[in-house]
Amino acid sequence: MNAPRPYPRRVFLRRAGLSALAVSGGSFLASCASGGSEDDGERSGGGQEQTSENPFGVDAADPLHVVIFNGGYGEEYAKFHEELYTTQFTDAQIEHEAITDVRQQMQPLFNAGNPPDVLDNAGAEKLPISTLADTGQLTDLTDLWDTESIGFDGMTVRDTLHPIAIESAEYAEKPLVMNYALQVYGLWYDRALFDEKGWEPAETWSDFMALCEQIMSDGMAPMAHQGKYPYYIQQVIIDMAVKHGGHEVVYAIDSLEPDAWQNDSIRMAAEAILEIKNGGYMMEGTEGLDHIQSQTRWNEHKAAFIPSGSWLENEQASVAPAGFATTVAPTPMLDGAALPFDCTRVEAAEAFIVPAQAANQAGGLEYLRIMLSKEGAAKFTELTMAPTVVNDSAEGIDASPGLASSLALIESGGDNNWNYYYPIWYSPMDPKIQTAVGELAAGRISADEFCDRCQEAADETAEDPATQQRSRP
Amino acid sequence: MQHGKYRFIVGFLVAPLALYAVFVISPFVQTFYYSFTNWTGISPEFDYVGFDNFEFLWKDDLFREAFFNNLVLLIGLPVFTVLLALLFAFLLNVGGTGAGVRGITGNGFYKLAFFMPQVLSVPVIAVIWSVIFSPESEGLANSFLGWLGLGPYDWLASPDMALYCVLWVLVWGSVGFYLVLFNAAMSSVPRDIFEAAFIDGASRLSTFVRVTMPLLWDTIQTSWVYLAILALDAYALVFVMTIGPGGPDNSTQVMALRIAQEGFQNGKAGYASAMGVVLFFLTLIIAAVLLRATRRERIEY
Repeated sequence: MNAPRPYPRRVFLRRAGLSALAVSGGSFLASCASGGSEDDGERSGGGQEQTSENPFGVDAADPLHVVIFNGGYGEEYAKFHEELYTTQFTDAQIEHEAITDVRQQMQPLFNAGNPPDVLDNAGAEKLPISTLADTGQLTDLTDLWDTESIGFDGMTVRDTLHPIAIESAEYAEKPLVMNYALQVYGLWYDRALFDEKGWEPAETWSDFMALCEQIMSDGMAPMAHQGKYPYYIQQVIIDMAVKHGGHEVVYAIDSLEPDAWQNDSIRMAAEAILEIKNGGYMMEGTEGLDHIQSQTRWNEHKAAFIPSGSWLENEQASVAPAGFATTVAPTPMLDGAALPFDCTRVEAAEAFIVPAQAANQAGGLEYLRIMLSKEGAAKFTELTMAPTVVNDSAEGIDASPGLASSLALIESGGDNNWNYYYPIWYSPMDPKIQTAVGELAAGRISADEFCDRCQEAADETAEDPATQQRSRP
Repeated sequence: MQHGKYRFIVGFLVAPLALYAVFVISPFVQTFYYSFTNWTGISPEFDYVGFDNFEFLWKDDLFREAFFNNLVLLIGLPVFTVLLALLFAFLLNVGGTGAGVRGITGNGFYKLAFFMPQVLSVPVIAVIWSVIFSPESEGLANSFLGWLGLGPYDWLASPDMALYCVLWVLVWGSVGFYLVLFNAAMSSVPRDIFEAAFIDGASRLSTFVRVTMPLLWDTIQTSWVYLAILALDAYALVFVMTIGPGGPDNSTQVMALRIAQEGFQNGKAGYASAMGVVLFFLTLIIAAVLLRATRRERIEY
């Protein structure tokens, strides 16, 4: 482990140098990692007659550059969408790229003002989307929302989308991001095991405590979490707080309101987590396990519940023993909850964008319209077992237990389902909250200290001049 | 023969110098430039903001915490690595029992075993140790200590222990390389010097302190600077191994991790560049101070 080793920091510096080369063609000292820019306000590409078949006037002669994050959802669905595109525009050339290190490959292109026409900005290495939105680098999707959808008889695209997709697209009152997949969060358990033992996910807090006791006496830990990434248990805290205090709890947090974290709902949820930890209901050592280790323990029936999202079933497919019925349950209601039991956090994720500097914005918008078509969305769900933001995209699909229980929760929650945005909106704030969550879940700080720490992080963010403040209703 | 000498020299120097300028000097110059801007890292547009980034940095508690953690590594890593490597190299060379000066038996095997971590990549080392340091009682470290009647400990999940776990892995990964380095330096010391010391009745310890250390001073000094630079980085290990990463409770935050988080996740490449500039000067100052403070008269042999 001697000194000259290419650590990522150095890779970054070198890449900055490389992109300078790419931009300036070799005069490295005269130029810099960021290129020049051009923005004329007009939509690029297209120019053909705008018809209901071709609302953006796409010109088949314009090539289309599509970049897909090749992660949990793979790239097969994108190939299908591209096929649909070339069926409509027979001569169109599509450059299809499926990558995992989105940031490293896309950063130089954005800096050089030469981004792809469609980018699936997802994965651990994604570009900070709020930064792209704030610096005017994303195409306004209003026209797409208002155009006629494909396969839904005269409905506009907006009418076919889940409300959380519409909400999550908005930056400064303009839709800029098309989040494609619907993800359902909750406490996951093995339905088969619960049936065998005669257990049932508890609706109220006292019942949940009783259930934990019952599971413990059976020699199993009631709860595990992915302690290395406090993000997972964080969902549970905020979910219970929102159920207790209503949507306003999370609106205040997202709007960076003073004292947003200093309310009884959050404090009660924090105390509930401490009760689980101090009651000995957390799996031993779970604070130090990553998602793979903890989820595998859960698959081995070392723990009954684990917090996660609807990708869990797919993620664990190769590990889960036969007959393991991955199923989601909502978090229990704290005393005096404002929302009912059967609702949860539903997130629209897998952010597709059309960069403002793309050479073929018209083609990019049309591509998104094809993704949101009845056929395009159904294919995605069929291939990935994940629901899309398009209403009823899972209709007629032979659903696995995980997908079926997720769909049921989307349905039963309805308008009570909710989402939060502060981790995307204010990226510097999120790690600070996660640090506090980690300390709370390990039982090292009190609920009051937790609220104070989170409030401090939120106040710091609100005071930072670099923060773009946003607000909800 | 003089004819064309300069052309000859220039011809050989041009390619490496150009590469060095493009891949080393130019990024440094750019980092200095960007540290005075509010560049997001993903946009061709940005503004010049003067010393704002540096002012902000001065008040950044998290960066200060990271700095102090780096300081712990900066002290711990060279001390433990150099001492252990020296001791082991000494034992391998002159630790053997019996007549005359000789290494212990199995010398070659030990060298190979100690050098092993050097062959593994940093992320692999990080993954191996994060599994060993599992906080479960079935974890490798915990079951070993449990067998001795100790623990279980939280290791990386404990804010009090996590940084020392990182330090331990850094030391473990470095000792082998410096062992081989010191071993090479030691074998170039004539045997009769050690033999003379033994005949004069010097113990192994005093031979080590009074003969070995002074003779190897140049090598030790260089190692110290290398290890200091490694301690100021530690990014890859912290990123893969620790909770968060950088946790729990920011107990393993290091400056390089702050740079990556601000520059990539938070879209603040300008601010991250300012951190990079600070780190650059810190490294420079520390290297200069170390070289000066450890300067000794050279011993010829």
